Amino acid sequence: MQQDIITMVHGSGGSATSDLIHEVFASEFKNDTLDQMEDSAVVEGSARIAVTTDSFVVTPPEFKGGDIGRLCICGTVNDLLMRGAVPKYITCGFILEEGVSIDMLKRVVHSMAETAKEAGVQIVAGDTKVVNGSGEFYINTAGVGIVADGVDIKASNACDTDVIIVSGTMGDHHAAILSERMEIDTNVTSDNAPLVDIVQNLLSNNIKVRTLRDITRGGLGTVLKELAESSGKTFYIEDEAIPVKQVVKDFCGLLGLDPIYMGNEGKLLAIVAREDADRALEIIKSSKYGEDAAIIGEVKVENPGEVILKTRIGGKRSIDILQGEGLPRIC
Amino acid sequence: MDLNKVLEYLGSYDGPEMNIMEVCGSHTGAIAKNGIPGLLSQKIHLISGPGCPVCVTPSSYVDRLLDLAMEPGTCIVTFGDLIRVPGQKGSLSLAKGQGARVEMVYSPMDIVDMAKNEPETTFIFAAVGFETTMPVYALLMQTIVEEHIENVKLLTALKTMPEVIEWLCDSGAPINGFLAPGHVSVVTGTHCFEKVANKYNIPFGVAGFTGEQILIALYGIVNSYGKCKVMNFYPSVVNDDGNPKARDLINTYFEKSSAAWRGIGVVEGSGMVLRKEYARFDAGSYDLIDDHKINAACSCDQVLMGKKKPYECPLYGKVCTPMTPQGACMVSTEGGCFTYYSNNRHD
Repeated sequence: MQQDIITMVHGSGGSATSDLIHEVFASEFKNDTLDQMEDSAVVEGSARIAVTTDSFVVTPPEFKGGDIGRLCICGTVNDLLMRGAVPKYITCGFILEEGVSIDMLKRVVHSMAETAKEAGVQIVAGDTKVVNGSGEFYINTAGVGIVADGVDIKASNACDTDVIIVSGTMGDHHAAILSERMEIDTNVTSDNAPLVDIVQNLLSNNIKVRTLRDITRGGLGTVLKELAESSGKTFYIEDEAIPVKQVVKDFCGLLGLDPIYMGNEGKLLAIVAREDADRALEIIKSSKYGEDAAIIGEVKVENPGEVILKTRIGGKRSIDILQGEGLPRIC
Repeated sequence: MDLNKVLEYLGSYDGPEMNIMEVCGSHTGAIAKNGIPGLLSQKIHLISGPGCPVCVTPSSYVDRLLDLAMEPGTCIVTFGDLIRVPGQKGSLSLAKGQGARVEMVYSPMDIVDMAKNEPETTFIFAAVGFETTMPVYALLMQTIVEEHIENVKLLTALKTMPEVIEWLCDSGAPINGFLAPGHVSVVTGTHCFEKVANKYNIPFGVAGFTGEQILIALYGIVNSYGKCKVMNFYPSVVNDDGNPKARDLINTYFEKSSAAWRGIGVVEGSGMVLRKEYARFDAGSYDLIDDHKINAACSCDQVLMGKKKPYECPLYGKVCTPMTPQGACMVSTEGGCFTYYSNNRHD
């Protein structure tokens, strides 16, 4: 590449675009399907597929513990996993503003390739566009996964007496991004991670998994409320059982934030049948990225859609979805 | 004292009905977060008072901020909560959509670097708050004066707690005790509450912000029904005299004034403005006393004075939600209406 930043010429469709694609993207994403450089990718399918799409606009694009490249693969893969799918293929569209550093772009693309390898997915199609601006960039992805026969994981499945598990500590990604923006050295790193190991271990051990949900923007509180509403059940949650790192607790205390409404990028909530709960917890804990998992509550048939959080001093707090804006551009 | 005994006492209290007002927005949030209302006997009622700085900022202030925001070469710098507060002409959030430059910060001191980096832009800090935030504004003033930074101005709406508490009692608000603000008291000390405590035989309990600290203070307040008492339940950070050094710094740059409170009106001596010798750093704060409801049925004023519960307002949860706030109490995360709505409180 002749230049070290993106300019409008990289979006021309001519030789500069071709250089960009080959030198920055194709060399990292290399696989038989992509290498054909056709207008669309033709891939192996199955009777039931899961499809998702997501866009990534996080600022700053590189942060402690991750970057927008790792984030976009994790976000897409995790969405597929939450329906019990095995993630297979990803496409990505890059919207690059003039001025993007090509070195940074290379780092991000490398990180995408590494994360895709870790998650067992192939990046089979892509696109780039260049627009006016001030050096920011955005990634849109689509993901396809294969759903095995008999797998039925969805939001409305929660049953009476089921147990609610989270796969780790809450708020790490949110706190990492916010510390980065505020230039506060908190040593909190983002949790962005593909949760393939956790989900595949739960399914291969025949755990009765009713519901899985990626706990991203809006945080645990929002996810709980949405699931309670979808299933028409009441969720009882123990505040003290929700895992939160001490450093994140302190950070939240200073800024008046509530960890249960903070975003994560590598944490899931699982609702499982009571008889499988202990085993499920053990499986998650021994899976990659699940070591801090904890049982946080249970499902009851009482008031549909209600989430009751039992506080440390014995009070009861009714949990709603996040009101207001939360923190913009965290993913 | 044992927490279980406190819980048992507060849960089974059967004395005279007690209305206890928490005047600090952080207390309002902490009470909901810890589920405290459900732990109290039916005879103890918690009322959210005028302690959320955003909620008590009059509409004329927001409108002035909007006018400034639309001026070319101007950047409004603010804490996040103020961005969505509606004035008569809209909100900063809407102005931002129309091209105004509005930056959100967590510390007012951030404006110093912004101003140095862009000397051609006028940076205006939306300086709202109580005694708690005033020392930081004073520190900001000290920095811009000493470093001769001339492109920073303040639009102030600064309020003081003891005067509005006295005004509430003078106006006959049905209050039998105050959960006094912990953070404000760090600066003011506890003596400042004695005048009202004496005048109305009302107990004050200065409290911290954990569930336990609030419960202990409530216990003390309920136990002192009808008595003139100022109790410090937050001695780890609050003392009787407060922080004279911080007050001196405040008084170097600011002086006492009357202040307009949203929904309440002008309360004499309940505010602070930049001293006349620093008036050139003021962005037009001195005469902002008008306050207009954007919806005539909005009951924010009644809520702030403890005369109505948020859910007793005809707009609550219908026209007025955190997404479509009609009054400031539904905007801020410290606002009484917002807290009731987002925690489904019905107490």
